[in-house]
Amino acid sequence: MTDSKYFTTTKKGEIFELKAELNSDKKEKKKEAVKKVIASMTVGKDVSALFPDVVNCMQTDNLELKKLVYLYLMNYAKSQPDMAIMAVNTFVKDCEDPNPLIRALAVRTMGCIRVDKITEYLCEPLRKCLKDEDPYVRKTAAVCVAKLHDINAQLVEDQGFLDTLKDLISDSNPMVVANAVAALSEIAESHPSSDLLDLNPQSINKLLTALNECTEWGQIFILDCLANYTPKDDREAQSICERVTPRLSHANSAVVLSAVKVLMKFMEMLSKDLDYYGTLLKKLAPPLVTLLSAEPELQYVALRNINLIVQKRPEILKHEMKVFFVKYNDPIYVKLEKLDIMIRLASQANIAQVLAELKEYATEVDVDFVRKAVRAIGRCAIKVEQSAERCVSTLLDLIQTKVNYVVQEAIVVIKDIFRKYPNKYESVIATLCENLDSLDEPEARAAMIWIVGEYAERIDNADELLESFLEGFHDESTQVQLQLLTAIVKLFLKKPTETQELVQQVLSLATQDSDNPDLRDRGYIYWRLLSTDPVAAKEVVLAEKPLISEETDLIEPTLLDELICYIGTLASVYHKPPSAFVEGGRGVVHKSLPPRTASSESTESPETAPAGAPPGEQPDVIPTQGDLLGDLLNLDLGPPVSGPPLATSSVQMGAVDLLGGGLDSLMGDEPEGIGGTNFAAPPTAAAPASLGAPIGSGLSDLFDLTSGVGSLSGSYVAPKAVWLPAMKAKGLEISGTFTRQVGAISMDLQLTNKALQVMTDFAIQFNRNSFGLAPAAPLQVHAPLSPNQTVEISLPLNTVGSVMKMEPLNNLQAVSSRLQSSNVFTIAKRNVEAQDMLYQSLRLTNGIWVLAELRIQPGNPNLTDLELSLKCRAPEVSQHVYQAYETILKN
Amino acid sequence: MIHSLFLINSSGDIFLEKHWKSVVSRSVCDYFFEAQERATEAENVPPVIPTPHHYLLSVYRHKIFFVAVIQTEVPPLFVIEFLHRVVDTFQDYFGVCSEPVIKDNVVVVYEVLEEMLDNGFPLATESNILKELIKPPTILRTVVNTITGSTNVGDQLPTGQLSVVPWRRTGVKYTNNEAYFDVIEEIDAIIDKSGSTITAEIQGVIDACVKLTGMPDLTLSFMNPRLLDDVSFHPCVRFKRWESERILSFIPPDGNFRLLSYHVSAQNLVAIPVYVKHSISFRDSSALGRFEITVGPKQTMGKTIEGVLVSSQMPKGVLNMSLTPSQGTHTFDPVTKMLSWDVGKINPQKLPSLKGTMSLQAGAPKPDENPTVNLQFKIQQLAISGLKVNRLDMYGEKYKPFKGIKYMTKAGKFQVRT
Repeated sequence: MTDSKYFTTTKKGEIFELKAELNSDKKEKKKEAVKKVIASMTVGKDVSALFPDVVNCMQTDNLELKKLVYLYLMNYAKSQPDMAIMAVNTFVKDCEDPNPLIRALAVRTMGCIRVDKITEYLCEPLRKCLKDEDPYVRKTAAVCVAKLHDINAQLVEDQGFLDTLKDLISDSNPMVVANAVAALSEIAESHPSSDLLDLNPQSINKLLTALNECTEWGQIFILDCLANYTPKDDREAQSICERVTPRLSHANSAVVLSAVKVLMKFMEMLSKDLDYYGTLLKKLAPPLVTLLSAEPELQYVALRNINLIVQKRPEILKHEMKVFFVKYNDPIYVKLEKLDIMIRLASQANIAQVLAELKEYATEVDVDFVRKAVRAIGRCAIKVEQSAERCVSTLLDLIQTKVNYVVQEAIVVIKDIFRKYPNKYESVIATLCENLDSLDEPEARAAMIWIVGEYAERIDNADELLESFLEGFHDESTQVQLQLLTAIVKLFLKKPTETQELVQQVLSLATQDSDNPDLRDRGYIYWRLLSTDPVAAKEVVLAEKPLISEETDLIEPTLLDELICYIGTLASVYHKPPSAFVEGGRGVVHKSLPPRTASSESTESPETAPAGAPPGEQPDVIPTQGDLLGDLLNLDLGPPVSGPPLATSSVQMGAVDLLGGGLDSLMGDEPEGIGGTNFAAPPTAAAPASLGAPIGSGLSDLFDLTSGVGSLSGSYVAPKAVWLPAMKAKGLEISGTFTRQVGAISMDLQLTNKALQVMTDFAIQFNRNSFGLAPAAPLQVHAPLSPNQTVEISLPLNTVGSVMKMEPLNNLQAVSSRLQSSNVFTIAKRNVEAQDMLYQSLRLTNGIWVLAELRIQPGNPNLTDLELSLKCRAPEVSQHVYQAYETILKN
Repeated sequence: MIHSLFLINSSGDIFLEKHWKSVVSRSVCDYFFEAQERATEAENVPPVIPTPHHYLLSVYRHKIFFVAVIQTEVPPLFVIEFLHRVVDTFQDYFGVCSEPVIKDNVVVVYEVLEEMLDNGFPLATESNILKELIKPPTILRTVVNTITGSTNVGDQLPTGQLSVVPWRRTGVKYTNNEAYFDVIEEIDAIIDKSGSTITAEIQGVIDACVKLTGMPDLTLSFMNPRLLDDVSFHPCVRFKRWESERILSFIPPDGNFRLLSYHVSAQNLVAIPVYVKHSISFRDSSALGRFEITVGPKQTMGKTIEGVLVSSQMPKGVLNMSLTPSQGTHTFDPVTKMLSWDVGKINPQKLPSLKGTMSLQAGAPKPDENPTVNLQFKIQQLAISGLKVNRLDMYGEKYKPFKGIKYMTKAGKFQVRT
């Protein structure tokens, strides 16, 4: 006799039959009938029509029958709210039952009935149950508050249940504490601003005590809650760590990982010199390794987290390489993750082993895995210089296998190796060329073309090879087309005599027959370069390329720090902050690692120095997402040329001498040209200063200038600021300001030619800005600007231009746009530890890049107290950049 | 927290659904089916699948997918651990966990699931407690229930639920008091072509079967506790005592439970009890390949290796194999290309071997990959790490229990590359 009998049907119709049985006098028959109903429900059949009959069975002293009816109610009450009211009385009565099991059951079920009308009746019994003498009832009631909050948040707040719940954190029973924490955490998730779980040393102490005694699930809730706490100093952090460490030996992997999260976070506060720090590091490795012997699903989640942990603290697992070796019957998702971590852990000490393994993997069956293994060999070569030679020979062995996808992957990675170690392994080119015909994937083709172009002088038949690609030019993917264009230009510059025809052919294909703006632009640039000044062209195209960095696919440090706070959660599996994927509506609190406290030296915190300090060296990061190639290919040509196709008339001006700095300076340095997509921005920033435009946001630093300007009089005109120093614009210095006189806005410009040549053909473009400013008349500079001449222009403006939808201007934006006006471009903006951070880049004319991080205290209108950190290959310029920043911002 | 659970069989039918909050339409599983279709094998279905509004976390056990639906940021390990607990509980209740059994006991399954989670929060997951709340079905009980009309739902609050030792119920009584401990070690190893060990580690567990009256307090000590530097304990073990004295002190749960699992890492030298000699060659020219494999003992401390099973996934190009074993039986499935050879015991005097030829697809190039050989074996009365229990003592009760310790070594994921 099994439950499958409940699924049999009769001719009369199931529902009819069941109805009769439910109304039977015999208890036994009733119970059987309810069971049949439940059975239908579990497989998704609709039995809601039986609602009144089932509810009638509720008043019974048979606990099993009662539970079954409750099960039914939870499923269908929502669809029959009026009927559900019938059940309320029984619930209220059951909440008074002497048996705690029944009291708990009633309060639990009531919470699951998601009907508004019922929740009103639920409040009184719930209040009683929260103070019940039996902890089992209390812990059930705690969860019920969370349920109720989900249905009607306002009601829960009005009834003061949240306070009662907070009191339960101090309950004597650990299980009650754990459930209260869980309920509060869930409620807090939908109320990010509220201060529900305000943790202080006392409550932390209570949680830590409960942690030892509650169930494994309770431990997870408590640990996750602890992770949100920021200890006041390193001593407190250490004492919490000490009490959390035993959880690392728990059999439940979720407990282990939550404990790891707490430790990783609080470790940040401990000084590295501390003995305890070392002990803790040692203790973290074994539990992480143990996670890898669990079921594959657990392994997967563990591996994703370990990936974060080894990036943050590689020392923890540096001796554990072997546990990441792949077994052939691991599921593919585990294999790929293991491979990733193997590369991260690869070092000179273990590279031989790793390479042997990778070679083994490259002969496996699974194509995705083999590809990744081949790619990993290349990454090893780039990461560990000593191994490069062996990697290359391993790759050559693999190419000999002639397995198509292995060959293609190998060529892609060999190209990276050439980039990293130029002029070292070119002897293999011949072998690569043999495989030219078998390449059918764009990435591999592009890589091969790059190699041919780069080493054209050593490949006798380079022109033939490239010509063979050219035949099907239009069928190739963009990546290959761009690469082919560049490669042929390189070839031409190296062997101009034989390849003139070829280069003309490719240029016309790229510029005339292609619809792709990127390709067309690149073609035009080359064309012009070659026709105006082949020597400059050579300098640009064959310029020495920057080396690629060792580590690839690293997560950006700030993101990594945030993700460390989310170890064990979905965010850690996706390697994205929760804000990136959590459903909208639910606010997300940004978490960040606690700063090292004052008592310990800040040895490792990100290099932030007050303005004027020398720039810090940090490892270079190529923040690609698995697509190293795209990035490398782009670097080849300077930043990709973006923006709409531009009219070319204004390019004439001084094109020759502007070329020195690479192609992007061709675009960017054209001071007033239409081409300067970024440059034309200055008006946006400075405009409000004198316009007094009615923007009521945080621009106070600028507005304090405007206090008297609201009127028509235009009595105040902000002094002219240098918008474009000569040094950055090839000799053109622009300073300017905005004035408003009798309602007419104009921009006063002062152009100074500090170069040695005459400048002509000025034009101006206003980018779309939040004020809708646009020129009312064309810019008129009548005479050519001879060297050392200064000319004053007033350009009438109106505000009918298209208004750029911007977030309300705030301090940050003002700063960023002010800087932008000085050719300092904002790349990213984030909020870390309640401070606004701006990440910016600027480039000097001689090709020096400077990356800057600017830290701003929000609500600080005067822009004082800023912190600027710079990163640059040429540290000597930093002093000037600091000065530049200072002048720009303090001006 | 956990929103819903769907049980899906390998042919893609949802045969059970349970919702702990509002009902989630089963159409959410379509995303799962998509992923299932993309994965070539059931094992390769990714465990975390995002959908526009939910996340699907799944485990694959006993040919059933257990798919949990979550809506908010929940630790995925928490969900996966819970799903494993569900599987274990089903197995505990019904002996096996399979689609027909679950369908046969659908009401009990439903009651148990309801008891395990409340609003997505775990409620009672200890099988001791669950069994007190909802009695597992037995033939006898079913018959008795039908006659007397009594129920299989307990109406008393489980005693362990709130005590300091939630894993043990009070008032346990046995006529024969006994406590058995099994030390079981599994060797995970990868051996390379030449026979040298690439990586080897030991996953050990101590499983206990304790049937003792009252509230016994046990201590277990080891001859060489130093081996255990990476351990996970059952919650009953007093961690402080272990930290300070390296002694396991605990009040055991009633019945079967896992006291401890440990891991002896790749850094310690792990003894490898078997070796495999192999010569597998494909030749380009002929359509025949040679295959020979011999298994022999190595570092077994004088114990016999038994239950040896050799299996290997042959390359696709192999059409058939004609092999002769010196002992045991072998099979080759020409469809899945799976070779398996049930060897049995290894006699050190006469080593078992399997020899013969493989017929390959004519004209096709020789396979690129070499097959990996998977090995299973068992060695009784030996813990390969050398772990030994020193003594087992009982406090708190007056009687004298029967005690027993058993050792066993097994192959875990033991792979030999060829």
